[in-house]
Amino acid sequence: MRPALRFHLDGAPVEVTDLHPTTTLLRWLRATGRTGTKEGCGEGDCGACTVVVVDPAHPERGPRAVNSCLVLLPQVADLQLFTVEGLAQGATLHPAQQAMVDALGSQCGYCTPGFVMSLVEACHRPDLRQAAPDDWRLDDQLCGNLCRCTGYRPIRDALARVAGTSPDDAVATSLSAPPASPRGSLDYQGDGGRFVAPDRLEDAIALLAEHPDARVVSGATDLGLDVTRRHRRFPLLLSVARIDELDGLDEAGDALRIGAATSLSTLEAATATALPLLHRMLRYFGSRQIKHRGTVGGNLCNASPIGDLAPVLLALDARVELASVRGRRRLPLSEFFLGYRQTAVAPDELLVAVHLRRPPPDARRGAYKVSRRRELDISAVSAAFVVHEIDGAVAHARLAFGGVAATPVRAIDAEQALLGGSLDADLDAALAALSAQVRPIDDDRGSAWFRRTLAANLLRGFVAETASVPFAPLAPGHSATVAAGSQPSGASR
Amino acid sequence: MTGPLGRPAPHESAVGHVTGRAVYTDDLQPPGCLHGVVVPAPVACGRLLAVHTAAAAAMDGVVCVLTAADVPGDPLIGPIVHDEPVLATDRIRFKGQAVAVVFAPDREQARRAAEAVRVEVAAEPAVLGIDAAVAAGAFHTAPHIIARGEVQAALDRLATDGVVVEGEVRVPGQDHFYLETHAALALPQEDGDLCVVSSTQHPTECQRMVARVLGIGEHRVRCEVPRMGGGFGGKESQATAPACLAALGARATGRPAKVWLERHEDMGTTGGRHPFLGRYRAGFRRDGTLEALDVQLFSDGGWTSDLSGPVMDRALFHLDNAYFVEHLRFEGRVCRTDQPSSTAFRGFGGPQGMVVVEDALRRGARALGVPPEQVRRQSYYRDGQPAPYGQVVPAPRIAAMHERLADDAGLAARREVIAAHNAASPFHKRGLGLMPIKFGISFTNSLLNQAGALVLVYADGTVQLNHGGTEMGQGLHTKMVAVCADTLGVHTDAVRQMRTSTDKVPNTSPTAASSGSDLNGAAVLAACTTIRERMRPVAAGLLGVPPETLWFADGAVHGPGGASLSFADLAKQCWLQRVSLASTGFYATPGIAYDAAAGRGTPFFYFAYGIAAVEVELCGLTGEQRLRRVDILHDVGDSLVPTIDRGQIEGGFVQGLGWLTDEQVVIGPDGGVRTLGPSTYKVPAVGDVPLDFRVQLLDRATEPGVVGGSKAVGEPPFMLAIAVLEALEAAVAAFGDAPFELRLPAHPEHLLRAVEQARGHEVPA
Ligand SMILES: Cc1cc2nc3c(=O)[nH]c(=O)nc-3n(C[C@H](O)[C@H](O)[C@H](O)COP(=O)(O)OP(=O)(O)OC[C@H]3O[C@@H](n4cnc5c(N)ncnc54)[C@H](O)[C@@H]3O)c2cc1C
Ligand code: FES
Ligand code: FES
Repeated sequence: MRPALRFHLDGAPVEVTDLHPTTTLLRWLRATGRTGTKEGCGEGDCGACTVVVVDPAHPERGPRAVNSCLVLLPQVADLQLFTVEGLAQGATLHPAQQAMVDALGSQCGYCTPGFVMSLVEACHRPDLRQAAPDDWRLDDQLCGNLCRCTGYRPIRDALARVAGTSPDDAVATSLSAPPASPRGSLDYQGDGGRFVAPDRLEDAIALLAEHPDARVVSGATDLGLDVTRRHRRFPLLLSVARIDELDGLDEAGDALRIGAATSLSTLEAATATALPLLHRMLRYFGSRQIKHRGTVGGNLCNASPIGDLAPVLLALDARVELASVRGRRRLPLSEFFLGYRQTAVAPDELLVAVHLRRPPPDARRGAYKVSRRRELDISAVSAAFVVHEIDGAVAHARLAFGGVAATPVRAIDAEQALLGGSLDADLDAALAALSAQVRPIDDDRGSAWFRRTLAANLLRGFVAETASVPFAPLAPGHSATVAAGSQPSGASR
Repeated sequence: MTGPLGRPAPHESAVGHVTGRAVYTDDLQPPGCLHGVVVPAPVACGRLLAVHTAAAAAMDGVVCVLTAADVPGDPLIGPIVHDEPVLATDRIRFKGQAVAVVFAPDREQARRAAEAVRVEVAAEPAVLGIDAAVAAGAFHTAPHIIARGEVQAALDRLATDGVVVEGEVRVPGQDHFYLETHAALALPQEDGDLCVVSSTQHPTECQRMVARVLGIGEHRVRCEVPRMGGGFGGKESQATAPACLAALGARATGRPAKVWLERHEDMGTTGGRHPFLGRYRAGFRRDGTLEALDVQLFSDGGWTSDLSGPVMDRALFHLDNAYFVEHLRFEGRVCRTDQPSSTAFRGFGGPQGMVVVEDALRRGARALGVPPEQVRRQSYYRDGQPAPYGQVVPAPRIAAMHERLADDAGLAARREVIAAHNAASPFHKRGLGLMPIKFGISFTNSLLNQAGALVLVYADGTVQLNHGGTEMGQGLHTKMVAVCADTLGVHTDAVRQMRTSTDKVPNTSPTAASSGSDLNGAAVLAACTTIRERMRPVAAGLLGVPPETLWFADGAVHGPGGASLSFADLAKQCWLQRVSLASTGFYATPGIAYDAAAGRGTPFFYFAYGIAAVEVELCGLTGEQRLRRVDILHDVGDSLVPTIDRGQIEGGFVQGLGWLTDEQVVIGPDGGVRTLGPSTYKVPAVGDVPLDFRVQLLDRATEPGVVGGSKAVGEPPFMLAIAVLEALEAAVAAFGDAPFELRLPAHPEHLLRAVEQARGHEVPA
């Protein structure tokens, strides 16, 4: 048991004691006089609070820009933390800072520290070195940062100057150190709260069996809002972030296993070739910062009707693996969501992994997300489709949606309507079945009419697109409007 | 001469911004500081019966809980009419109104205690929205009318000889979403004096209102502004209440007291752009000329009158946009509702007025079967024609700018490409739209068109610059440093821009109405000129040349035959010779006046012009759109600092884009704001901005009588984004021939609805 939280802040060791574990990193930074890091919203949506972390146990993952307003202080224990205040060497600015000055990337300057930190991450992304000006990854790198003054053009210019340049800075030094041993476990207590992060699954489920009232936390991008917006002070938090078994993607032939605590950015990188359908959806998921913290398990257990991974995973017939001291069990994801924000996870259970198989290479497939703003926004409707035709007849159909019911759902009747027929010819029957099944919610993100219309139109678009009508000429480049996620296959045409 | 004027320069605080060292109000943390949290009213309307504070006052850490009873002076504040109780007295006027404020050393303690304050209200039905206010006869103002010619007769005639269209436009509101929320810190000084550090565009207003609620003279209060993390008008009047609350806390406790609003508090209570309802009848000649225009405007002013009167005035002043209209009647009235008070926001009513006239213009063009461009070309002001309020529009540049932009942006050829694309693409259609603007520069309240400066030259030749303007990111300080350095002939690093403070320059006007650099620049110029002219004879004596042959540049004073003396040496000599090296400067805009009762006058010193062409692509399956290309030609006169001006143009355009597309303030049936953060209120993100974004400054554009021949640039570009509506409507129309109505803001749901209508499909009401 450790009494204190220890981490490195801009290269210097820091020890924190006596603070409640729900204290956010941002509040701590500002309360201790490090006011260079700003608060613009406290809900992960503006990026003014962005800092960069490096996990010494995983330098290969590179530095990660994260929203310090949603990071709980115990979550940075044993990590290396970099803030805007530690970048300049005396009067010499960091290249990311210099690029912002040179490109006139600041006006009021309030968003600037956050942008600088996103640029610092970009400096160390070799994959951005040759990015074309309209590469979506450049937008993705910045979309978690809002600026109300500049209109972004100069900031994007600054990004283009430094992306992938791997400067020899303090971040580089921490990345080049040999990987440290894994972080081990953590049991922190302060101000009446406790934060436990076991490094073995057995310990975690044992703790949960003993304290069914413990609140599980993974990346805290959902749970953090309970703290910052609803002012919850959880007395006991159980973090799954240090359990190796829950981290990462494993492939065995066509079978894939995704650990529940795998961060969405790790998953995004791993699925670019392994599972393009999921990768496509991740492209439109939150922001870079959110994807660095948010996890697969958190997204599913949060059970939002508009969670974006569920439709894709439903369309892929994913199964979830749950564990408790009573043992392990697997169940299909379609049986996981019981009702509005309700899941089949028992109070003493943890979600361990998601299992799925790659779809047949000649299946028609697509993943789509429609939100008011293309980037960093919650879906009005998201959808994923996998349809396999053999000799012109539909042999397998999965049509899954988010935002059209109280939970993410498969449109079973519409799937049935397609079976044995042809996707192109029987579309109308499928649409009719779909329209009878969807019961969309009506809220500020979209009326029931809008969601109903979108559900039908996305299916229409999918059919057209995978039949090679130019449904989505916007897809490849800058700020694609429609996520045309399919890999049209010769065989299906 | 190689002065800094007209040269590209980074923002004066750029290094501070990128290192996190630039200080904002909430970054100041004096020892012993208390944090104030506001107790919000639980309903939108009602009688305040009681405020139970005892439980809260007894809570851990709480130092005091203040209500209206604790206000020593006058509890009523407000920029024009004092109708805003700083803490609720007897009535509740909107959900979220400040009823009490709790102070504790830790903000979290104060927040918990604020939740424990019980507010007892006898709730009454609330008036929400313009329609309800009109029905209830709830108004802040009497109608303001501007009229000329015979509008009814002209419309009757054009109904047969030309085309008459009618329309109703609901122009949406907008949250400022400055990245820095409101913040104020009150620091007790000797003898009960107070220093208030505030994130405000109007330090004098803060000073005045703090003095008022404390019941002390203005000379006992100093207001300082380090800088703002964005303002956009939202910190012109709305910064005053947090400053007064912090001052009350400091006064009650003798300790530094801070009031900083969390994002949800800021968005829930401090108001935004006025929503407008516009009804119009517009008559066009067959050749496209807009000849008669009858418009009625209502705006939603919210619970206090705030700046709503002048905002309505400016909306009326811009109903003509860039078009000469022979017969017209414009009428505007501000509604009073039980909602957060609407307030100043970049453009100040101008954008709302322009949206209405542009809607009329597009509808007219459709009815005539001609492109909107033809109506525009027919209707642009020609030299010497008077604006509706009688002021002559001199040498209007807009018609020529239109032709130049059309050429530079290759509009004719692109229309053909777009038509071909639309014919071949079933799901994605493109559209092109234009937006010319003419924007009047000066505060419409003539008295505000004054400014002061205080320039101090030290004996080592360095300079401290003070002026009444505030820096919110618009680059005012960068421009003022350039004007100062240019006038004194020194390098910009010899000039230190000081924090705006009311003890340096008194009785200032807000930094608003795009006027910051015009007014303060002229004052800085005057102060620097005074000092320079005092230094000149000293230099002449030292160099032994006639004074009129000297010029000041590059950190020195130069005379004929290579004679020169460094500015530092000259400053020292002036001191030794007991010549004053400090001066104030003052400026009042000449020749402006407006008579609202008559609807006549010369409200503006000059007009700024701009024009934009926008190409969009719209998805007919999802309603999603994106901008493919933007071309802007803007008239900033002779730019003081071109890099700053380009930043204003791009940033203003993008903010206007957000207003018209994805940003939507949602008010619930209980009168509370539902869009309380960026998770639900979507300002543009990086991907909403087109990669192909071309901005040109009009050349040979000197504006006589303005500092450096420049023109104001803060607000005008915002309205260029209205081009997006024309482009989107063109794209919608490419999906079908049926009539449609594009509701604002034009977010994906509203766009898809319009597309479905254009296709002839049923849509819900
Ligand atoms: C700015 C912002 C943008 C966002 N954008 C999107 C978006 O585009 N699409 C989208 O779908 N979501 C979005 N989200 C929501 C959120 O980021 C995701 O749902 C994310 O995947 C949650 O993962 P997490 O690890 O952060 O979850 P946490 O917040 O740590 O946990 C979420 C919930 O799941 C429970 N939980 C977590 N892990 C386990 C486990 N292994 N076993 C049992 N219970 C567990 C927790 O107890 C908690 O109740 C966004 C959130 C923010 C703040
Ligand atoms: S403060 Fe806005 S994302 Fe953290
Ligand atoms: S510079 Fe002001 S918000 Fe970005």
